[in-house]
Amino acid sequence: MKKLLAYFRGYRKEVVLGPLFKMFEALLELFVPLVVAAIIADGIGGDGGAGDRGYVIGMVGVLVLLGIVGLAASLTAQYFAAKAAVGFSTSLKNALFGKLQSLGYAEYDRLGSATMIARMTGDMNQLQTGVNMTLRLFLRSPFVVFGAMIMAFTIDVRSALVFVAVIPVLSVVVFGIMLLTMPLYNRTRRGLDRLLGMTRENLTGVRVIRAFRKEEDEIESFDRANQTFTAQQKFVGKISALMNPLTYVIVNLGIFVLVYTGAWRVEGGFLEQAKVVALYNYMSQILVELIKLADLIITMTKAAACGRRIAGVLELQPSAVKLPAQESRPEPFVVFDHVSMTYGEGGAPSLSDITFHAERGETIGVIGGTGTGKTTLVHLLAHLYDASEGQVRVGGCDVRSLDPVQYTKRVGIVPQKAVLFTGSIRDNLLWGNPDADDDTLWRALKVAQAAQFVRDKGGLDVPVIEGGKNFSGGQRQRLTIARALVRHPEILILDDSSSALDYATDAALRRALREDTDGATVFLVSQRTASIMHADRILVLEDGILSAVGTHEELLQTSEVYREIYDSQYRKEGEA
Amino acid sequence: MTTNKSVLRAVWRYVGAYRPLLLLSVVFAACSVAGTLYVPILIGRAIDCIIDGGGTDFSALWRLLLIGGAVVLGVALCQWLMRVIHNRITFYVVRDLRAAAFSKLQRLPLSYIDTHSHGDTVSRMITDVDQFADGLLMGFTQLFTGVLTILGTLAFLIYLSPWIALIVVAVTPLSLFAARFISTRTFRLFRRQTEVRGEETAFINEMVGNLRVVKAFGHEEQNRVAYAALSEKLRVCSLKAIFFSSLTNPVTRFVNSVVYAGVALVGALTAMVNPLFTVGLFSSCLAYANQYTKPFNEISGVLTELTGAVAAAGRVIDILDSPEETPDPEKPEDPEWVEGAVSFRDVSFSYVPEKPLIRHFSQEVTAGKRIALVGPTGCGKTTLINLLMRFYDVNEGAIAVDGIDTRRMSRHGLRAHYGMVLQETWLKNATVFENIAMGKPDATREQVEEAARAVHAHSFIKRLPQGYDTVLGEDGGSLSQGQKQLLCIARVMLALPPMLILDEATSSIDTRTELKIQDAFARLMKGRTSFIVAHRLSTIREADLILVMRDGDIIERGTHEQLLAAGGFYANLYNSQFA
Repeated sequence: MKKLLAYFRGYRKEVVLGPLFKMFEALLELFVPLVVAAIIADGIGGDGGAGDRGYVIGMVGVLVLLGIVGLAASLTAQYFAAKAAVGFSTSLKNALFGKLQSLGYAEYDRLGSATMIARMTGDMNQLQTGVNMTLRLFLRSPFVVFGAMIMAFTIDVRSALVFVAVIPVLSVVVFGIMLLTMPLYNRTRRGLDRLLGMTRENLTGVRVIRAFRKEEDEIESFDRANQTFTAQQKFVGKISALMNPLTYVIVNLGIFVLVYTGAWRVEGGFLEQAKVVALYNYMSQILVELIKLADLIITMTKAAACGRRIAGVLELQPSAVKLPAQESRPEPFVVFDHVSMTYGEGGAPSLSDITFHAERGETIGVIGGTGTGKTTLVHLLAHLYDASEGQVRVGGCDVRSLDPVQYTKRVGIVPQKAVLFTGSIRDNLLWGNPDADDDTLWRALKVAQAAQFVRDKGGLDVPVIEGGKNFSGGQRQRLTIARALVRHPEILILDDSSSALDYATDAALRRALREDTDGATVFLVSQRTASIMHADRILVLEDGILSAVGTHEELLQTSEVYREIYDSQYRKEGEA
Repeated sequence: MTTNKSVLRAVWRYVGAYRPLLLLSVVFAACSVAGTLYVPILIGRAIDCIIDGGGTDFSALWRLLLIGGAVVLGVALCQWLMRVIHNRITFYVVRDLRAAAFSKLQRLPLSYIDTHSHGDTVSRMITDVDQFADGLLMGFTQLFTGVLTILGTLAFLIYLSPWIALIVVAVTPLSLFAARFISTRTFRLFRRQTEVRGEETAFINEMVGNLRVVKAFGHEEQNRVAYAALSEKLRVCSLKAIFFSSLTNPVTRFVNSVVYAGVALVGALTAMVNPLFTVGLFSSCLAYANQYTKPFNEISGVLTELTGAVAAAGRVIDILDSPEETPDPEKPEDPEWVEGAVSFRDVSFSYVPEKPLIRHFSQEVTAGKRIALVGPTGCGKTTLINLLMRFYDVNEGAIAVDGIDTRRMSRHGLRAHYGMVLQETWLKNATVFENIAMGKPDATREQVEEAARAVHAHSFIKRLPQGYDTVLGEDGGSLSQGQKQLLCIARVMLALPPMLILDEATSSIDTRTELKIQDAFARLMKGRTSFIVAHRLSTIREADLILVMRDGDIIERGTHEQLLAAGGFYANLYNSQFA
């Protein structure tokens, strides 16, 4: 948390001066009741009771002057506060963004993208607001509250004791109600989230709900949740509705006591009527500022929680191990040497003791049911995770000893989920290689069976909207394949990336990949035997164990698992 | 888009239901404002009882303070009751509005739901309604009391000293003017900030949401530069917007202090020449000057909030005013049980008139047959399902079940005979048991377990923390896609309707598990008319009838052998699998 303060660098002046100017403004406000008392005592009552016109005009001038100087001070303060808060959050955001990018897949698993986005957006905004409000009000509000009390003491000690009683009682009421209602408001917030969830659920599930004729049941359960929510709102509303009336009573009773004690003090000759008016004015000032202070404290608590969460991410260190550069060993291009992988701690291993190798230019098929470790295997190959045990070697060196930036450039991966980014088709393809020319891009599109529809849509400059939603699932997959091909990778990984393609397109794609990958070593992950049966070698995974390796024909003879998968997809056609 | 006036009329329909409460709140508000205005006068008089140099009238003072105490307590009580009533009206109104919107949702045609972004609809029904509530509450509490306070203060001031009233009336518009100047200015700046922040959020959503891809392609440096530029742009906009908006308070405070000074000047001068204008009156006037400017400053804020609230209400009312599904016939012909013979009689359909899809399609399907729908992605297989289930109605022709035009049945009556498993699995935020028993609410535990066993889901359900009583999160929570599909199949296994619609029902289940549940599937489909959409040709081969679809229309039909022999589109599609 303290480390976040470092991001105020460059705004030190603003951070110090902002609150000071604000305090100065508050100080000026505290003079107002004294000036008014002077107007009453020495203006109206001046010149032996006949009144002193000149004095009154002068004092009113002072009031206006206090207002002008206060305005200037306050404007300066607002500017400094805004500048420091916005500047602070901007440098912090950039640092956090950089930190997130420096982490690895293991950390992304642990954090989850929703959390990371929340840190960058919601938390950041709330922190910025918190810093801004703190700089503006943190010195001002307490200063006015206690300043008013101190001024009261300078006027008359006995009467000032009323302040000593009223301030704590007010504080208890204001803070008490806020503290009491805060968790209740959180609860109603959750009630609202529940209504939101139900509505969303009913929209996505509309077909199923109508198919099962559940409309009335859904309305009924929504009404129940809606009813509960309203009851919670009413309850918390009743408590927070107490705030205004209670504080009103306390302040006004305080004023009455003040006037009454004041009257006795005047009678005793210790005080004048004008000073009683001044005390009355001070009392009126306290309430507004105390409520502001309570608000501020809540904002600060929330901002501090956001700050702690952000600091928590900033403290993370990428867990990837970096080994010193190694001599290359003479061996096949890709080697998995007794590799095991366990995600998180204490879980069951996702891959156990995997050993195989691939030569340059070979095509390796990877097959197995869902959750058997296919994706894990290719992620280890792309060095997106560190293996828990064993070694993954590429070109004779442990991948952990290779420069990550350089190694990334040698690998082209097509992830399961076809993600495109806002921009043009060209922008997206250039992710593969920023220096690629249009010829290269078109060649990649052709291999990926995407040239046709890209041409139909209008070429490389056709815009891609967020998430690539203006393309169908199959089109998106083909574009992500092209993106990886643009890189001319030494290792090309296709992780179940033709699932949205129909058979004809899938077949054409596989043919093109066989012919035109510039000698890349290709890893094809699939659940379909049809997609991988022509591979030079096929790895059959079951429950994280490499259960068989071989060509399609060999595996049909030797691997029961492979045969079962194959049968489940082909047997019946085979007999026909 | 609904106009403002009709929105207000619609809002009044909901608020008007609480007219007695509304009236009561007006009474309490009036009482509390009157009391609030009276207290400074009492204090002023009390101060007048104090006489410098001795001779204070303590009994009068005591009496005034006692009256003051009673008034203060009365005001506090009225304020509290008023707030409680406002809360009640607001919360009830939005509860009613939300309930109306939700039950409307169940009657909206699928075409509405399919063509409107779900996120937008959710935010209209929940977030907008919430904003409306905030605006309504604020409008109630501050607008009405604010106006009353201003009028009351003016009346008292005119009564106390017309000159002071004049000063106040003359100077306060300055504050309004300043607030207006600032708020129009800041509105533009805030809009700009919102735009740029929108860009930033979109960038973050994309890049942080897909950090894995960023990482896999080594795109970090480009992103860092792009984000630095974007956040700097936002910094400049935000600084302006935040600074300008923060001017409102200091500036109005300044205008207030000018008013205060003016009152002090006129008050003091009057007090010198008019002995009836006492120090007590003087301080009452000063207290009023403070009280008067406060609601003035608040009202402009309230008006903006109210405008926003009306706009928000308009967005919900748009939904409430949308046309509903064509109503079910008054006397529906709902058969108790159907054989499952389906006939398409010269059916034509399109979602939008410009793009005709199915044209004059006729086909008789005898009960118990298996019909496969085949075709490339996006060819319109789900369109046929939409028509069978009457999610959409045909434009021309008719679909009949057992000879009855489905439009002569009620929708519920028709759908009761169908069991449906979709590729996009959907599970309720409820227990596993409730999810499986959805189609048969009176199912026993044994029946549910049996259905789960049949689809090989029993063993993984057992391993869930609370077994069948585990509450699944929104959209199935942590279950894998394949597991979710198994639960959806179990749901239909339990209900056993005479007709089935299976849209890629096993697409996410790995082929070995699929093989294991084949038996159960075969039993399920036996004797039931089934419409099956599948990628896997093995499933399709066994169909009694294959409908081949392309670009939304049915282009070939026949059995597997017939279609292969015909050598058309289907034959091509089939052969490509073995290319």
